[in-house]
Amino acid sequence: MPVAAPDAVLDVLEAEAIHVLREAAGAFRRPVLLYSIGKDSSVLLHLATKAFAPGRVPFPVLHIDTTWKFREMIAFRDATAGRLGLDLRVHTSPERVTPFTHGTHEYTRIMKTVALRQALDAGGFDAAVGGARRDEERSRAKERIFSVREPGHRWEPRGQRPEFWRSANTQLAEGQSMRVFPLSNWTELDIWHYIRREEIPVVPLYFAAPRPVVHRDGALIMVDDGRFPLRDGEIPERREVRFRTLGCYPLSAAIESTATTVAELIDEMRRDRRSERAGRLIDGEGGSSMESKKSEGYF
Amino acid sequence: MTPTLRVVACGSVDDGKSTLIGRLLAETGSVAEDHLDYARRTRRGGSTIPAGEVDYSLLTDGLEAEHEQGITIDVAHRYLDLPSGRRVIIADAPGHEQYTRNMAVAASTSDVALLLVDATRGVREQTCRHLAVCALMRVRAVLVVINKLDAVGYDQVLFDKLAGEVRANAAGLGIADVEAIPVSALGGDNVVRPSAQLPWYQGPTLLGALSAWQPVPVAGGDFRLPVQYVVRAEEFRGFAGTVVGGAVRRGDRVVVAASGASSTVDRVLGPAGEVEVAGPGTPVTVTLAGDVDVRRGDLLTTPESRRDGLSPATAFSATLVWTAEEPLRHGRSYLLLAGPLTVPVVVTSVRGRLDVLSGKQFAARTLEINDIGTVELSTDTATSLDAYETCRDTGSFLLADRVTKQTVAAGMVRYALRRGRNIVPQAYAVDRAARQRLKGQRARVVWLTGMPGAGKSTIADALERRLHALGLHTYVLDGDNVRSGLNKDLGFTPEDRAENVRRVAETAKLLLDAGLIVIVALVSPFRADRAVAKALFADGDFDEVFIDTPAWVCAERDPKGLYAKAKAGTLPNMTGVGQSYEPPEHPDVVVDGTSSIDDAVAVLAARVTP
Repeated sequence: MPVAAPDAVLDVLEAEAIHVLREAAGAFRRPVLLYSIGKDSSVLLHLATKAFAPGRVPFPVLHIDTTWKFREMIAFRDATAGRLGLDLRVHTSPERVTPFTHGTHEYTRIMKTVALRQALDAGGFDAAVGGARRDEERSRAKERIFSVREPGHRWEPRGQRPEFWRSANTQLAEGQSMRVFPLSNWTELDIWHYIRREEIPVVPLYFAAPRPVVHRDGALIMVDDGRFPLRDGEIPERREVRFRTLGCYPLSAAIESTATTVAELIDEMRRDRRSERAGRLIDGEGGSSMESKKSEGYF
Repeated sequence: MTPTLRVVACGSVDDGKSTLIGRLLAETGSVAEDHLDYARRTRRGGSTIPAGEVDYSLLTDGLEAEHEQGITIDVAHRYLDLPSGRRVIIADAPGHEQYTRNMAVAASTSDVALLLVDATRGVREQTCRHLAVCALMRVRAVLVVINKLDAVGYDQVLFDKLAGEVRANAAGLGIADVEAIPVSALGGDNVVRPSAQLPWYQGPTLLGALSAWQPVPVAGGDFRLPVQYVVRAEEFRGFAGTVVGGAVRRGDRVVVAASGASSTVDRVLGPAGEVEVAGPGTPVTVTLAGDVDVRRGDLLTTPESRRDGLSPATAFSATLVWTAEEPLRHGRSYLLLAGPLTVPVVVTSVRGRLDVLSGKQFAARTLEINDIGTVELSTDTATSLDAYETCRDTGSFLLADRVTKQTVAAGMVRYALRRGRNIVPQAYAVDRAARQRLKGQRARVVWLTGMPGAGKSTIADALERRLHALGLHTYVLDGDNVRSGLNKDLGFTPEDRAENVRRVAETAKLLLDAGLIVIVALVSPFRADRAVAKALFADGDFDEVFIDTPAWVCAERDPKGLYAKAKAGTLPNMTGVGQSYEPPEHPDVVVDGTSSIDDAVAVLAARVTP
């Protein structure tokens, strides 16, 4: 049998993430895993199955469905839940708005931030495990692995607990809850290297294929269904594109690409030096918009 | 080769740390193009960097508050991949003195300290403070980066002088592995590329030094596995955790540190499946032969380790880094968190506060935020902790406030104190139940809390007379009465109040065991202290009664003349004047201190009579 010792970067990252997942499962009364269907969530789920093998993943999996996700994402979500035998919970905001009628900021607040708070409160969850990484965005670089939320899910950057050693203070005062980020120290490339090594299934939208897109405000937006209001003169054309991050289809910019395998995708990322959030239309409003969204309870 | 190198970047504020790290990241291709664009376009007030050039410091300063103040408040993590395949994780620690705790956080996981010195300003107090914190947290090596060499004409003599100062300082702290590197972060000299301006310097660039550093091999130590989670599946019960010391092999003899229960390792599951042996840093799930009681918080180790360093103890000497705004309360109970283990603990004595600059220890009664000190701790139950020197994971802990749950300190065990070893509680045949039967009553504690003058003693007196008349056996523990005897060594500082409450609670516990109805009349102003008192008792044995009387009524009544003295300034720690009174959040009973005594007595008597 092989000898297990963390001798490479991926092994160190995997070990840390498993440690954090087990801590979340052991320390909290009702933890939940937030599942966004993206590549980071896929890695997180894979790590969770490893952390508790041969037992089952000991927490439910929550998806906040804005109703504007790519259809392929929803199909992948349901297939994954079936394949891994997950306890999948789906929540959608009772107040329905669209990115076209309310603008991206208000849409995100209602359909994602507020909806998440509703689902966490309704489930009585005291800890929510998510796939956020510190390298995604500048304000995330200072996020803790175990991050306390005050009553109302508020994030107070100045009130964060100091994180020493491998120890986490997982104690909660009344009304507080915890966000837990096992992938904090992973980079985008680490995620893809790990997906390749472990052969983890991901949504096919990450790979290039001919898809119907329109060119709008400097971005390529995929027309995933008939609800997308085309402007005068806009005619969807089929282009060879893929997505670097997945979210709501009207807010996710596609990139032109020919990468159809994980290996090709890694090669392409090494050549293209733009950050992954450059393709997210919702983050760009003001230099610190992620920080202000997080203060309201965004993941 | 160490696959990931953890580096803490530290130094005094304005020494140019953000710029140095920003440049290191940018010149190794670790920064995305749109982030570089942002650093070209954006300027903060007072910046002298020409438009269109990259302000490297903007790549690393993250939060809005930092942008406004132009400083780094919190620890940020940056990732750097070296051509050798090594991953460097840089913990960017703040420079201001008031954020020393964050510096300690960053140092606690680091292998190497990158210590910045501004050549134009020399070695400063904060430089020495950070170095001392690194030594305390056992950071093994220091790279001294002497920055802004461009501003001093690339002066070799000055460089040698500053490097010598830091070396001498580090040697005094027990850090032998020190390398000094001259750079200009602003100009990019010797950060990633060697500089033509430094012909006298033969050593590596900063990047070269980070690539080449190797830890001195240390023995892996003995097996340690703190159990985080019990994995259950069909025909399977395994104990999951990360191996933090030594290795675990199939067939090894292991013991549970706390209970001494022993067994043999049956299977070892690593992240990729079953293995023969797993070493330090590996997350595992182990199964044991036979049926052994193991739960979250238990520590699996070798029988030898349990006999030696890990023998369970109830008292420890430890070094604390105090991290909370609220100072240490001597005598107050906190939660000790050691990995997955949580155990209540009391700081029984503060031995002294460390002046990190001189290395000298000074007498202290308390520790305040950013203080480092030596204390003695007493745990509620026998606990197995290593010395920090032996193992960073099993020799370290956090202290948390029992009410706010905030982390108040990070601790490093110096050694276990053995005095608790010979104390074994003796069980007596005549117990509380027997005494209660004889008295024909149910013993309990009625704890009256409220401001001075709220009416606690008056209500206690009336309640006791009523119960006595009913033929019940009672005793009143009155604050002032106890202070004239048992607690006459205590004053009114928050620490002494905590100890006062602790002793009264312990006394009440003895009287409860004697079968009595105990009425406590004590200001007991702090929530945390009352929570500790309540935690000594089983549910149903203890009622927290809040005597709710408006402050102006208390001051007007002033039965002992205390408010008058406080007003005259002769009673600085008077509750309600110099110190605050924290009303209970969830009292068992609230008594309106302005309504009739008879009503209050009726309510309370009904709770304690069967």
